[in-house]
Amino acid sequence: MPYFFGCSYLDLIGYVLLFPIAGSVINGLLGKKLSKPVVGIIGCTAIGLAFILSFFVFIDLLHLAPEHRVFEKDYFTWIGSGSFESIAGLQVDPLSVVMIMMVSGVGFIIHVYSVGYMQDDDGFYRYFTYLNLFTFSMLLLVLANNFLLMFIGWEGVGLCSYLLIGYWFEKKSASSAGMKAFIVNRVGDFGFILGIMLIFVTFNTIDFTEVFQAAPEHLQMGGFVVTMITLLLFVGAIGKSAQIPLYTWLPDAMEGPTPVSALIHAATMVTAGVYMVVRCNVLYTLAPFSLTVVAVIGGVTALFAATIGLAQNDIKRVLAYSTVSQIGFMFLACGVGAYIAGIFHLVTHSFFKALLFLGAGSVIHGLGGEQDMRKMGGLKKYMPTTYKTFLIGTLAIAGIPPFAGFFSKDEVLLEAFTKGSLLIWGLGAFAALLTAFYMFRLLFMTFCGKSNMSKHAEAHVHESPMIILIPLLVLAFLSIGGGFIGFPTASAINSFLAPVIGGGHHGTVDGGSLHHVSAGMMFSMMGISTGIAIAGIFIAYLMYIKNPDLPAKIAKKFKLIYTIVYNKYYVDEIYDATIVNPTVKTSFILWRIVDVRIIDGFVNAIARIVELKGEVLKLFQTGYVRNYALSILLGGVIIIVCSLILL
Amino acid sequence: MIPLTWYLILSGILFSIGAVGVLIRRNAIVIFMCIELMLNAVNLAFITFSRQLNSMDGQIFVFFIMTVAAAEAAVGLAIIIAIYRNKATVNVDDINLMKW
Amino acid sequence: MLESLLFLIMGSITIACALCVVFQKNPIYSAIFLIQTMVSLAVLYVLLHAQFIAAIQVMIYAGAIMVLFIFVIMLLNLSKADEEGERDNLFFQKPSAIILGFILVVMIGTVTLKTVFQGVKGEYTPETISQIGNTQLVGKMLFTKYVFPFEIASILLFAAIIGAIILAKKRIIED
Repeated sequence: MPYFFGCSYLDLIGYVLLFPIAGSVINGLLGKKLSKPVVGIIGCTAIGLAFILSFFVFIDLLHLAPEHRVFEKDYFTWIGSGSFESIAGLQVDPLSVVMIMMVSGVGFIIHVYSVGYMQDDDGFYRYFTYLNLFTFSMLLLVLANNFLLMFIGWEGVGLCSYLLIGYWFEKKSASSAGMKAFIVNRVGDFGFILGIMLIFVTFNTIDFTEVFQAAPEHLQMGGFVVTMITLLLFVGAIGKSAQIPLYTWLPDAMEGPTPVSALIHAATMVTAGVYMVVRCNVLYTLAPFSLTVVAVIGGVTALFAATIGLAQNDIKRVLAYSTVSQIGFMFLACGVGAYIAGIFHLVTHSFFKALLFLGAGSVIHGLGGEQDMRKMGGLKKYMPTTYKTFLIGTLAIAGIPPFAGFFSKDEVLLEAFTKGSLLIWGLGAFAALLTAFYMFRLLFMTFCGKSNMSKHAEAHVHESPMIILIPLLVLAFLSIGGGFIGFPTASAINSFLAPVIGGGHHGTVDGGSLHHVSAGMMFSMMGISTGIAIAGIFIAYLMYIKNPDLPAKIAKKFKLIYTIVYNKYYVDEIYDATIVNPTVKTSFILWRIVDVRIIDGFVNAIARIVELKGEVLKLFQTGYVRNYALSILLGGVIIIVCSLILL
Repeated sequence: MIPLTWYLILSGILFSIGAVGVLIRRNAIVIFMCIELMLNAVNLAFITFSRQLNSMDGQIFVFFIMTVAAAEAAVGLAIIIAIYRNKATVNVDDINLMKW
Repeated sequence: MLESLLFLIMGSITIACALCVVFQKNPIYSAIFLIQTMVSLAVLYVLLHAQFIAAIQVMIYAGAIMVLFIFVIMLLNLSKADEEGERDNLFFQKPSAIILGFILVVMIGTVTLKTVFQGVKGEYTPETISQIGNTQLVGKMLFTKYVFPFEIASILLFAAIIGAIILAKKRIIED
């Protein structure tokens, strides 16, 4: 085992958290006085060091025997109250190591990219402060060894997403998008914290290890309590990971700077829900009903978001809906019990989704802020490197072998087919078809065909600087090679993560490995999913390259459906009408009548009474000293009279 | 021999006259003199009690009260002079800063 | 008998002079009547066998303190302009003060007449006092039992001297 100044890297796990928070504090307190390059270097170094350390921790963990790959480091007793005790500690196991490497690695790339992307922004230091804090919160979330500490990270990413989505708060739409993200997340958090309380009431502890050890003996399979716990926790996951019905904040979150979108979608925030479900896999396995709910919500979201993605014209919105859809895939995998497939897809998705977002950012940067795909086109010759990397990302998300998305998506679908039902598989497969279609639609509309740019934009369009391109190249490389960690039959990630799944030593649950599937079945499934992806690409090719008039015709022919899809099924409008507006109106009544009239009136009345009393009493303060002396004598006489009468 | 109660009643009358003087006069020096009158009334009471209880302590107290009265007179009159210099009056009604 | 007569005469003079102190318009007259009040009180002290106190009453009160008062009155040259002829802003002050004063007299009288004064009798009867001598006794007490307060009184006087000088020396507010 490699040692660092006499102690194992595992012991240094706290520094993975310390570096980002230190970067955030330095930039936050001193950033205004520092120059932009220094701020950028501090921000990137903080995350870079966290990544390097995470990597060494991973190496350290590899040196241990698979059964012993759990390391807990307790720092201090955070809350001690009666029988309740919460120790702030970090837990390193294969799952959290995979997550911290992904978070800090992709986060680091996004940080570097941001230095180039945000170069001209005035709030540069503010941006990096938030970005570091965001990464810190996510790392805390995945490293926490109990539910409460995880909740701190959980809330931290919620806060940072609010700050970053509303980063350009001068814009009304940005600040309201930030608020929307925060409020919608609160709905989920409410469920999550209720779930934590229920866990505490049930197990009398909130430590992961203790809860998961006690769960199989404590709870009966499919019992009411475990179903409630898992469903409540899943409500939190729905909010954080933008699933139906709480996904509406994610598309609006596009108001933030593009690297932030990449960070939210790829490395932090939305993956938190998936991570949490996988972390609690012991509980979920005990609750088949909850698993069905997870699978159904995941599958439906995957399909639902994909259909919306078909008709959007904003380049970032399409990517946002694709994220919602892909997260749906991950939940679908978790829901059928294939937790590792979910995490695998999470990791590969973080590579290609970060690549796609950063590529889209490069396009937007090159076009001077234009996001409407109808005003792009033919960018291939202006931005060759961006195009190539974007193509790799698109192939990866569409699921073309041997790109990263293929392996993970194929495994998700295979698991859905073997462990779930045909219906679940159908949902996933159809969503995969749509994904391939709309992603290539995006690619074709942006980079191919003839240019629809305005004269002004055409004159300015340029390839992005190296600081933006290098992160793209790195991510493109990961998107190509990332899938091989989960290569079928020799899946490294499967064997690495297997101890985490299924309650460790109990081993009652199948570790999500693929040994029970015959090779023939596996290859036929591969063929099918590749075929689906190619079909989607082909349709997109037909509609947007071969015959560019076709989409408009189809839209005309199916006008009703097109309008509904184009308007995102009017979900936002329905929420506005049923929840938002009644709340606003009630609040208005509460403000105008209850607050202003009754509460303020009460307070003002008290003040008025005191004032009136003062007006009367001030007459006694004449300013004449002898008048005051008269009061003294009066008091003296009264005392004597009283004592005479009483004694 | 005269009953000592008479002395005490005389002391009370003097004290009341002094108190009334403090309240109705507006000249700071006269008010000050009325305070001296009240002090003297108290002295008389002390001496009376000293006589009645066959004790010397009352007389010693009077001795100290006189010391304090002397100090008080010196400081008080100095204050009155200082006020007169600033406001050119010793009428307490004109010195009425202690109000709203 | 003679003693009672003396008390009645001196008591009446004391009360009359005290009233004059309060009701005389001119402060210099008030001061002179106050001196007379103190001298009459000194006579009453003699009647109470407190000869030493009677002597310092005349010397310190009537002699020193009241001279100081008169000095100040003459120094400030309080003329009729500063007299209290003007309209009284507190019209209710005078009647209420007199009524309260009257009630106070009645109350003190009632209390004194009703109460039977008791207490542990000391050793200094008029006979012993006249044997040893009043002044000698006071001196003995001052330098034995009350030596500490006596020293503090000297510090108090010292502080008062300095305070009086500083207060009277310069203007508080330069104008």
